[in-house]
Formats: sequence, C-alpha cells, structure tokens
Amino acid sequence: MPNYFLDNPDVLFHFNNLDLKEVVALAEDNYAQAKEFNYAPVNYEDAMENYRKVLEVTGDLAGNYIAPRAAGVDDEGATLTDGHVSYARGTRKNVQELSQADLMGLILPRKYGGLNFPFTIYMMITETLGRADASLMNIYGLQDIGDTIRKFGTEEQRQEFLPRISTGEHTGAMALTEPDAGSDLQAVKLQAHQNEEGKWFLRGVKRFITNGNAQLLLVLARSEQGTKDGRGLSLFACYGDSTVKIRRIENKLGIHGSPTCELQFNDTPAQLIGSRKFGLIKYAMDLMHRARMGVAAQALGISQAAYQEALKYARERRQFGKAICDIPMVANMLIDMRVMLESNRSLFYSGATCVDKKEKLEDLIEKRKARDESVSEEIARLKQITKIANLLTPIIKYVLSESANKITYDALQIHGGTGYMREFHVEQLARDARITNIYEGTSQLQIVAASGGVMNDVLGDRFDEKERREYKGGLTKLADHLKEIRQLFLASLKYVTEKKDNSFQEVAAKELVEMYSYLHVGYLLMEEAEVDPRKIFIANRYIVTALANARKNTEAIKSELFADLMHAEKILQ
Amino acid sequence: MPELHFLHSHLWAKGYRQYSYRRRLSMHNSIVLVKQVPDTTNISGQVMKEDGTVNRAKLPAIFNFEDKVALEFALRIKDECGGKVTAVTMGPPRASDVLRECLYMGADEAYLITDRKFAGADTLATSYVLSEAIKKIGDYDFVFAGRQAIDGDTAQVGPQTAEKLDIPQITYAEEILQIKDNSVRVRRKIDGGYEILECKLPVLMTVLKDAAEPRPFGAKRVMAYKGAKSLLELEKMAEGNSLLYIDKLVYEYKSRSLFIPTLTADDLHIDVARCGIKGSPTKVYAIESVVLGGSEPVKIDNTRAGMLSLIDTLMEDRILG
Repeated sequence: MPNYFLDNPDVLFHFNNLDLKEVVALAEDNYAQAKEFNYAPVNYEDAMENYRKVLEVTGDLAGNYIAPRAAGVDDEGATLTDGHVSYARGTRKNVQELSQADLMGLILPRKYGGLNFPFTIYMMITETLGRADASLMNIYGLQDIGDTIRKFGTEEQRQEFLPRISTGEHTGAMALTEPDAGSDLQAVKLQAHQNEEGKWFLRGVKRFITNGNAQLLLVLARSEQGTKDGRGLSLFACYGDSTVKIRRIENKLGIHGSPTCELQFNDTPAQLIGSRKFGLIKYAMDLMHRARMGVAAQALGISQAAYQEALKYARERRQFGKAICDIPMVANMLIDMRVMLESNRSLFYSGATCVDKKEKLEDLIEKRKARDESVSEEIARLKQITKIANLLTPIIKYVLSESANKITYDALQIHGGTGYMREFHVEQLARDARITNIYEGTSQLQIVAASGGVMNDVLGDRFDEKERREYKGGLTKLADHLKEIRQLFLASLKYVTEKKDNSFQEVAAKELVEMYSYLHVGYLLMEEAEVDPRKIFIANRYIVTALANARKNTEAIKSELFADLMHAEKILQ
Repeated sequence: MPELHFLHSHLWAKGYRQYSYRRRLSMHNSIVLVKQVPDTTNISGQVMKEDGTVNRAKLPAIFNFEDKVALEFALRIKDECGGKVTAVTMGPPRASDVLRECLYMGADEAYLITDRKFAGADTLATSYVLSEAIKKIGDYDFVFAGRQAIDGDTAQVGPQTAEKLDIPQITYAEEILQIKDNSVRVRRKIDGGYEILECKLPVLMTVLKDAAEPRPFGAKRVMAYKGAKSLLELEKMAEGNSLLYIDKLVYEYKSRSLFIPTLTADDLHIDVARCGIKGSPTKVYAIESVVLGGSEPVKIDNTRAGMLSLIDTLMEDRILG
C-alpha cells in the first residue's frame, strides 16, 4: 500500500521545513473563517496539520488508486466519437475520486466550495498526482483557471463558475493556442464580437487545447478589431456547449489520458473576464506563470516515478553475479538522478513559496485598497518579490522539465532492453516527460523569460549576503565553489553585455541562466545541509557538478562559441 | 464486476459530484459494523508469538477493507435516499482510529463500544455486544458489515448479530438492485453464480470485497473531524492536564460535533457473563503454520470417464463430499 506522500522522505523533508506562516496568516485572515467552516484552521499549527492530513489522503489516492490505473489510461487514452470526447475509464475514475476527495477546488476560497489552500501545498499535491499519472495532472491542474476568475472576474462570475469547479462537476481548459499562434500568442486571431446588447460571442479556431472538452473554458480572443498585437486581446469565459465543436483530438507521444483538442467556436456566448485589452498582457500571463509551475510539478512527479522504477529495477536485476545497482557506473547514474531530483525539489519549493507570497500580497493589496487603506509598503514588497517569482518560475520550468527528460532517459537506460518494452512502466514515463519542456512555453522561451532577471542580477543581494556568511567544516569548500561560480557568472555576464550583440546574447542567455540557477540552488542545498547531514552528499555532488558546468558555460561564452551564428546560412546549407 | 452498477452511480462516470433526483423514497438509516484489524498484508518476522497467537502490537492496525465496502454501501443509500449513517466498532480505545476514518468517508456518527469486560471475545460474545449496541442506538433500516475480517476470517459476526437482533440477513451481498420503502432487492453471490433476493427491512447485510469501491476520504471531512475524540481519549487528555475537566471537555467536543460516543457494559445494561472471554465458548487449541505445497499437474481427459475419475480423486482427498 504505497502512499506517495508518506513514502517520499524528500517531500516530507520539504513539508516539515516549510515556512508558510506569513502566507497562511494572510490567506486565513487571522483564522476568522473557522467560525463559519468546520474545516477551516484555528491557527497556524492547525493549518499545517490540515495540509499534512490532506497530503496523506492525496498520497494514498495517488499510490493506491491512481498509479495502478496509469498503464490502462495510457493504453486506452482519451477518445473522440461524434464530436464528444471520452476520457479513458481510469481517468474518469480518477477525476471522480479527486472530486469525492474535495481536491478539485483546492486553492479556491471556501465560500465557493474550495479549501483555500496555499499555492505551495497545491504544488505538492500536483507533484504527488503527477508521479502517479502525469496525464491526470493536466486535468487536475486546470482548476487553476478558477483562480484567474477569482482574481479578475466579477463577484457574479465567481458565484457562477467557481462552485462547480470545486465540486469537480466542471473541469477547465485554457484556450490560448491557435494554429498560427503558438509560442507567439500576440498573433491570436479568434474573434470576440459584441451584439447590440453588449453580449460577447466568440468565433474562430483554437488548437492543441489541453482538456478542450472541459465544461468551462477560458478563451483568449481578439476583442479589438483591426489590432494585430497582444494589446488587442481580451480574456473570456464560456461553457463548452454545443456551439463549441471539437474537430479533432491529437494522437500524441505521451500523456494519452489528457485530451488535446482542436476547437471551433461558432458564435459561442461568452463573458468578458476583467477589462478589455488586458487578456494576454495581464490575465493570461498570470495564468501561464502558475501553469508553468504546474508543469514543473508534473515533471518533478514523473522524475520521481522514473527514479523509483530505476532504483527498484537496479536492486532486483542481477547480472555478473550481483545486483546491477552494485555496478559503479549504474550506482553513479542513480546518484546523479537522485541529486537532480532533490536539488530540483529544493529549487521548486523555493519558487512555489515565493509565488505563494506574491499572490497573497496581491490579494492583501486589493483588500486594503477596497478599504481605502495605505498600501505603499506592501506594493514595495510586492515589487521585489514579483521580480524574484518571475525569475524563478521560468528557471524552474526550464530546469525541471529538462531534468525530467534526462531522468526518464537514464531510468530507461538502467532497465536495458526491458526498458524499451511496453510492459515496463518506464517507457511511458519517458514519453510523458517529453512534453514538459515543450508546452506552457518551450525551454527556449523559459530562457528568454528568465534572462531579463538574470542579466539584471535580481538575486545579487541575496548571493552577496550568502557569500558573507560562514559555513561549518565540510561546507566551507562548497561555499568557496559557489563563490567561484559567482565570479564565473559575473565575468560571463560582463563579457556578454559588453559584446553588444543581440543574437550572441540571446544564445548565451542559456549559459547565463544555468549558472544563475546553480547559484540559487547551491545556496538552498547549503542551508539544507546544515539542517540534515545527509543533504551534505546532495549539496556536494550538486555544487561540484555545477562548478564544472559553470566553467564549461563560461568557456563557451568567452571563446565565442556562438560567433558562427552569423554564418548560420552557410553552415546549414 | 461491472464497474458502476449501484443505483445512480453511473452518473459519477460523467464527473458529476452532486446530481439531482426526485426523492421518491423515505429516508433510510444505516448502521455499519466496522473493525480495526492488524495489517496482515505487511507481515514481518516478529508478529507471531511463541504460543502461536498474533502479536498485534507488532502489526499496524488498519480499517478492515470489507467493512469499508460496507460503509460505502451505506453511504450510497444515504446519497440516494437520505438518512443517517452510523458506524459502530467494538474494540480497544485505539479503535477510535477507524471511527475517525468512517467520519472522513462520510459517516454521520461513530460509536466506540469498549470495555475491559469485552476483551477476548469470540464471535458469539462479540455479536451479543454488537446486537445490544445496535438496539441501544436504534432507528435503523439497514445494518451493514464486511463479509469477514482479515484477522479471524470467520464470517460469523454479521450473521450472529442478525440472529440476535431477530432480523433477516443477506450474506455475500454483491449489489443492491432496488430499494423500496419497506423492502430491498439484492444480488448475492453463491457458489458458481448468484441469486437475487427480496427482503423486508430492517435487514443485515454482509458485503463482499469487490462489491463496491470505497470512496476516498473527503478533505473537508478529514480537516473537520481530525480532532474527533472518544470519551476514553478525552479522559486521557484530562488525566494528563490538571487544568482540564472531563465534563467540560465532553461538552466542548460535543458542541463542536467532535465527540465519538462511547458505550461500555454499564451503558448497555448487558449480561456480563455473555461478554468477553467469559462469554466466549471458542477456545484456541493450537495454531500452526500450514504451507500449502503444489504438486505436479495432472492431465484429465475431457471425457465422462475422465471427469468421474477426477471426482473420485477429489472425494478420496476429502476435497469433495
């Protein structure tokens, strides 16, 4: 009876070391809701106990119910018949149980049937579910559109849409992508037009829409006729009624349980969310930031599952008279995977708590504004924390999704020939992982998104502070390594900036972003190593590897590796 | 087994959590008998004592799975007809754990039947106490229980309880086909097939493992009832803290709907001689570990003579007859 929360010491480590005091205090409004809802916490300890209990319920559900169905879901997949999408049987059961377990409105306020959980815990639950069945995370994670409606919609819209998300009666979809607007969402064409009474209708086509068969859709559409850029786009909510035709679902490499739909909107009645023209630049960006964290959680879950499969197989499989995990080269791969997993988790939850604080501060500012109270102090803090959240989110998406590919790749490799066979779970994990560094913004786009913060050295003060600290015994050497990585980074950054070559800078951004992530994660692992001696191993391997990579990245930049870009045409002829 | 078969449960398939229906039926109350059992699926070295009895302290205690299925049956009736679901367990104080889990799943109330005088009970003594507790709780149309518990595997407590309550019983229930105001139609498993029975209410049913998939714990209920406590647990709290008074604690927990009612021998006014080890005629003579070994496969001709020889062999081995 595996419980995917309780059987994972690293997740427990992070849960036990979470500091959500500020987040919970803000979210619970000084625990006033306990009078109204018998499941609302009465203090911080009670809140944490609630989260722990619910994580245990999720872990049980994930390990004992959802995971055993994953192969069946992958085999059967979602299907389209007569314009109607059916989930695989396992998926239906999963969604039903998640609804029964009250998990579909995890982050929504209690008055709309939700649990009012912090984003960080939501991410922990997403990771846990992603480990059991990656494709389920797509459907589960789309409850997040409810949060967009909560933030930017009207009270009537909240009352109309949110309760049915909380019960699981309605699942959601975010309909952004179009055939000619993928990474470049400014090119969205789908038309939103108004009748004389001011009612909105949507007309056009959306493609690659995850869970496009949902009952509730958030649609990015061009409301300002004649415009061509992102400022002519608005966000709309509509029901997946008979005016929304599902033209096809994609036949994909992985995440078979999650239907990817092509939708045709035939004058679908819709409601404007928030203000016109802010659809992409404010609301969709806000939604996408959180969705990127969701995909990172999914990638982390897949990585965990693949690592477990590899470890189990390596312990059982005997060759040359011993278990293959005792062969140094295999053991080394496993340690690499484990270090990658744990360092990724540290990176992830550092970002999740940061996003959490940012969101709660935003809510607080809205509340105070409504009461005509001063918000200047909060706005200053929000500005600072938003910078960090907007830097960490793309770094997290980039690092975790690329790692998921590496970890599933190696997990399959450890299985040898058997890993290539459909009978073993690991090949599914490798297929499922492959989408994580593509959708919700490709890795390349994440680099672009992170490069601004990196070039401006947003975490510079934080690193300065860490460099001034003293570390105990064995950690001194690692602290020196991190100092060296910092010097390498700053020298590379200087080189790139002074070169004043945009193409070079765009490509070198990858090297710079990676080095920046080594610094951030390296210091996180140092802190963990001070709490838990076992983590010294993780910090050591991570930082030593990071130093080698930072040297490599610096060398690539300083030796003008990318200078041949201007000859691309000749090289590629 | 059909995947979704009970009443309106097919609606779940569409992802509806709540569905509307016309309430044609009167409400039906259910009492569910549940048991905390040692987790025999995770057996390690030291769980058997030298005398052959189980060392319960070495095994994690879990909710007997078939009893969870029984609770699911009761909850589905509640979903369909309304009414109240009451879980009951007889056991040591720590059995409150399963009662909390019943609350997490959806039970409205959970009773702990506990007393030192009940210790060491066999199925006869257990069913006596349970039947008295059910009489005391009263007002029920259904009593549900798992077919059997994984620790004893006797499958006797359910039937014996029905006898003592003097109500009809349906064992090995697989599916409830129809509920009317005063009767129920049920499919039960029999050797080689099934039979469909109709029976007056109240009735006691024991259910099979595969008859329904128990619903997961609801997060809201888990958070709301995680602090539910039995009288014994509250007494323990009061013992350890001179500032707490048991009466006040009980009052407080009751007012917050967090009290697990506790019934003892005195509360039930029962014949103590029929309880616990005193009231248990079953005596364990010895326990031995039997390893079933396989032997060579035997090929039997698909002819009448072949079949007859198989039957002869089975009768000789006393497997048949």
